[in-house]
Amino acid sequence: MTEREIYSALTARFGEKILEFQDSETANPAAVVIPAVLGELMTYLKDSEDTLFDSLMCLSGNDPGAEEPLEVVYHLYSMMHAHHFTVKTRVPRENGHVPSVALLWRTADWHEREAYDMYGIVFDGHPDLKRILLEEDWEGHPLRKDYVAAETYRGMTIAKVKE
Amino acid sequence: MGSLTHKFNDNILITSLDKLINWARSGSEWYFQFGLACCAIEMMSTAAARHDLERFGAMPRSSPRQADIMIVAGTVTLKMATRVKRLYEQMAEPKYVISMGSCANSGGPYWQHGYHVLKGVDQIVPVDIYVPGCPPRPEALLEGLMHLQDKIREEHTLAKKAS
Repeated sequence: MTEREIYSALTARFGEKILEFQDSETANPAAVVIPAVLGELMTYLKDSEDTLFDSLMCLSGNDPGAEEPLEVVYHLYSMMHAHHFTVKTRVPRENGHVPSVALLWRTADWHEREAYDMYGIVFDGHPDLKRILLEEDWEGHPLRKDYVAAETYRGMTIAKVKE
Repeated sequence: MGSLTHKFNDNILITSLDKLINWARSGSEWYFQFGLACCAIEMMSTAAARHDLERFGAMPRSSPRQADIMIVAGTVTLKMATRVKRLYEQMAEPKYVISMGSCANSGGPYWQHGYHVLKGVDQIVPVDIYVPGCPPRPEALLEGLMHLQDKIREEHTLAKKAS
C-alpha cells in the first residue's frame, strides 16, 4: 500500500482522530494523530493484514520550536509488504503524555526512554520509564529548544569560561 | 672515581636508591586499560605492533589496583567524570595521569555547547602530562609517555631535595 492509501484506511477507521496528512517530496509522508488514539491505531497498523507493520524502525522526539508543541515521530516498516509509514503525534510542552508502544514493539522501550530523557515526554504504560543517557539526578531535558544549560553539576563546572 | 673503585667484583653497580627506584618506575609504566572515545582507538594503535608501547615497559592493566598510569583517552562526560575520579582514587600510589586529546584537556569540540561534557579532566584529577591533538597520533602519545618518564626520573622518594 502507498502512504496515501494507508492514510485513507486510517481516516475511514478512526475519523477525526487523524488530524492531517503531511505529504512532501523531501520528507516521508506522515499522518498526524491525537495521542489518545495511538494505542488503538498502532495495534491496528501492526496486526491488520493489509498493513502488517512488524518493525518500528525509529521512534523520535522532536522539538520544532520554543512556542510549538513537542512531537513524537514513529517510522514504521512492514517486512511482509515492504512498505513504510510515518505517524506523528503532538503533545503540550509541559506535562505531555503519550501512550507507550513498548509492549507492541520492544524496540520502543529504549527509544521512549531516550525521548523522555531528552524532551521530557512521558510515555504512559512504559515498563521502566527512566533516563537512559543522563544521570538520574539531572535537571531538565537538554534537547528541548528552551533548555538552559546549568552552570555546575555535582560541583563540577559546566559553563564555559567567559571569553 | 671514589675509594670504592675496584673494591668489588664487576657485577655490582653502585647507585643511589632514588635513582634505582626512579629507573624501575619509569621503566614499568603500567597503564590502566580504559578508553572513553576515539582517542582510545589511537591508544590501542599505540599499544599494537607498529608502535609497540610495551618496549617502554608500558603494558595495559585491566584493574586500577595494578595500574600506575591513567591515560584519560577521550571525552569525559559529566556522567563518566564521577567514575573517572573514583577509578583514579582506587589506583595505588605512586600514580600519574596523562590527559590525552583535546576533549580530556579542555572539552575540545564540546567547549561551547557541550552541556554534558567536563571542560578538562584536570578539574577532577591532577594531570601530569597533556597530549594535544584530536585525536593525537600514536607518536604524540609516545612522546607524552616519554615526557612522563623524564618527570619520574627527576623525582625524590627518599632523599630530601636540597633547597
